[in-house]
Amino acid sequence: MKTKASVVIIGGGVVGCAIAYNLARLGMKDVVVIEKNFLASGATGRCGAGVRQQWGTEMNCRLAKESMKILENMNEIFETKRDIELKQEGYLLLAYSDREMEQFKKNIELQHSLDIPSRLVTPDEAKDIVSYLNTDKMVGGAFCPTDGHANPFLVTQAYADAAKRLGVEIYTHTEVVGIRQENGKIVGVDTNKGYISTEKVVNAAGGYSALIGQMAGLEIPVYAERHQILVTEPVQAMQGPMVMSFSYNIYCQQSPHGSFIMGFGDPNEPRDYNIQSSWQFLEEMAEKATWLLPSLKHLRVVRQWSGLYNITPDRQPILCESETVSGFYMAIGFSGHGFMIAPMVGILMAEMISDQELSMKLDLDLGRFDRGELILEPSVV
Amino acid sequence: MMDDKIIVCRCEDVTLGEIRELIQEGFTSLDEIKRISRCGMGSCQGKTCSQIIAREIAAATGKKMEEILLPTHRPPIGGIKLGELVGEEDED
Repeated sequence: MKTKASVVIIGGGVVGCAIAYNLARLGMKDVVVIEKNFLASGATGRCGAGVRQQWGTEMNCRLAKESMKILENMNEIFETKRDIELKQEGYLLLAYSDREMEQFKKNIELQHSLDIPSRLVTPDEAKDIVSYLNTDKMVGGAFCPTDGHANPFLVTQAYADAAKRLGVEIYTHTEVVGIRQENGKIVGVDTNKGYISTEKVVNAAGGYSALIGQMAGLEIPVYAERHQILVTEPVQAMQGPMVMSFSYNIYCQQSPHGSFIMGFGDPNEPRDYNIQSSWQFLEEMAEKATWLLPSLKHLRVVRQWSGLYNITPDRQPILCESETVSGFYMAIGFSGHGFMIAPMVGILMAEMISDQELSMKLDLDLGRFDRGELILEPSVV
Repeated sequence: MMDDKIIVCRCEDVTLGEIRELIQEGFTSLDEIKRISRCGMGSCQGKTCSQIIAREIAAATGKKMEEILLPTHRPPIGGIKLGELVGEEDED
């Protein structure tokens, strides 16, 4: 293991690996990634694998759209060993009230101004897209045909492989146990396998980002919350888009492999690090899915699991350097939508860390919570 | 080598050759091999392939079988239809 690094990234999820790759691409030497388990073993590998561009703020639309461009070309750019399993057959968002529909209209206006090819759909048009959709109580919806799915393990691995080719060292099964600072500046990182001296540390620890923050003496306003998912046996392709509703609270897609992945957010979930699966989830998920998508009742559930959302007060990420601890960077608090914007986050964080001008304007610093300048994004699940 | 064409994971059609390549590439735990190749993610949830892959890892790394950790066993252990979960009769 290296004893000195220019940057130590804590967390071998898609965000950490994307930052590592982009730092190396910008010419940074001696970049290290520390992962306490194996790559994508945390939030990344537990996510719903959806990638959507239908957002309600310009910044999120841009982050998602630019990220999608990268995913579209990832196999070629990175000469990946394995196809990242990108499937672009859309996200179908369902509205159950006039108010929700009004919000979709506003979002689509914004998305069009940024060349995102979304459109409003009537319940009948939604049925043309997913024939077995139950449109009962549905007011309308929004559809973007270029949204879809990518495989989180393989995207992370693609970044890791590309980073390693550029000299990045990735230490899996290695845990950060302390962060050292002197006079408000980062000087090194203690791991269970030794000390690495460095002036720059990146907190990309996903669900565990608050704990890493505490090691640097910071109380970051983020918390972990369990979200559960299940997956069915694979069947022939029958559902093109991810079907999702904020108000009915569900998302359900068929992966290119053929299995259906589905989940919902439990509003009563406590703030802790529990990642056990519950039978309550299994039952409620089955109720929701078989009501909305009745044909799925014939599918066997083969596995359920859970992972941690890392949630901020406005459910938007924190991407910045600490104002009190110089050299402590944060790419955290993705609140359930980190995977889909990770490619662009990787670029922007690498630019920030290597003191370059950012290629996109960001309003995601930690100070926004104290200033009361929260990001009002209407489209989070 | 003919052995390489042996199907190790019948749910996801993964061969012994593919498993050996993954181990060579540095994926030396059942958890990592599962996530890259889908071995153990299929209908049987690894009941068939885990032991075979564990033996391959042991052979390649020199580790003892008991040192090779099993992936988390996740519910619902045996496949169950979404319809059955909401109380509908099985129509098959």
